Amino acid sequence: MTPFLFLGFAALLVASALMVVIHRNPVTSALFLVLAFCSLAGIYLLLGAEFVGMVQIIVYAGAIMVLFLFVIMYLNLSHDVESGVQIAMRRALGWVIGALVVAEGLLLAGRRWFPGPDAHPIAPLHPGNTQAVGEALYTRYLFPFEITSILLLVAMVGVIVIGRGRGAAAPPAAPPPDLTRGGGS
Amino acid sequence: MIPLSWSLTLSAVLFGIGIIGVLVRRNALVIFMSIELMLNAANLVFVAFSRALDSVDGQVFVFFVMTVAAAEVAVGLAIIVNLFRLRETVFVDEINLLKG
Repeated sequence: MTPFLFLGFAALLVASALMVVIHRNPVTSALFLVLAFCSLAGIYLLLGAEFVGMVQIIVYAGAIMVLFLFVIMYLNLSHDVESGVQIAMRRALGWVIGALVVAEGLLLAGRRWFPGPDAHPIAPLHPGNTQAVGEALYTRYLFPFEITSILLLVAMVGVIVIGRGRGAAAPPAAPPPDLTRGGGS
Repeated sequence: MIPLSWSLTLSAVLFGIGIIGVLVRRNALVIFMSIELMLNAANLVFVAFSRALDSVDGQVFVFFVMTVAAAEVAVGLAIIVNLFRLRETVFVDEINLLKG
């Protein structure tokens, strides 16, 4: 079973990575990149790295891709023409998937309160992958972990300085003559 | 049980797709996404060897790589936004400030 799941996730990963590179619309590329990250998280789960798989979904598919999409839409780069048929198809697809998710949730909720005859007891507590990673992270790799926080601080300061632009005091439509002087922003 | 060679092959394919994306596409944002693909290929190798060697060190390194990737994306996107403010484009062919 596991090899087939691996092959399925791998095929999905390669196909969506190819679509990221091939597709002309950057918004579509970003959404296919989300799909690629999610299938990669599935592969991580199959490889026994549960913590990394969850962090992959939360950090990559959640935070980083939201940042990407925000910048793409901020720059207004999407030039796709949406016809009426496409919109109707998307709306129908959205309704179908939403109904599926709701039905799944109801099914799970029903099983939670009315467990069937084959309900398994909760597995005994054993040290899992997350605990092992945490122990390694806070003992042997404590110093790199602290350095990581400094890296994040530096990145945050740098992004604020860069993103502020050429100063809020300057007129926004200033011509860029000082580019050749090599001054930083 | 998944053989180690499968994961390594998949990682190589993913890295190759990322390189093709960086070399072929001219949109700076898509180039950034391809770089993310390559970082993930490296992460896949870390996780695969962590499984093969039965240690969690590789997964700790994946954690660090993700942190660096997040910082890199934030800084890079800020640079792209600034570049767009200056040049009204994100296509790297039209960005030739350092060409002299």
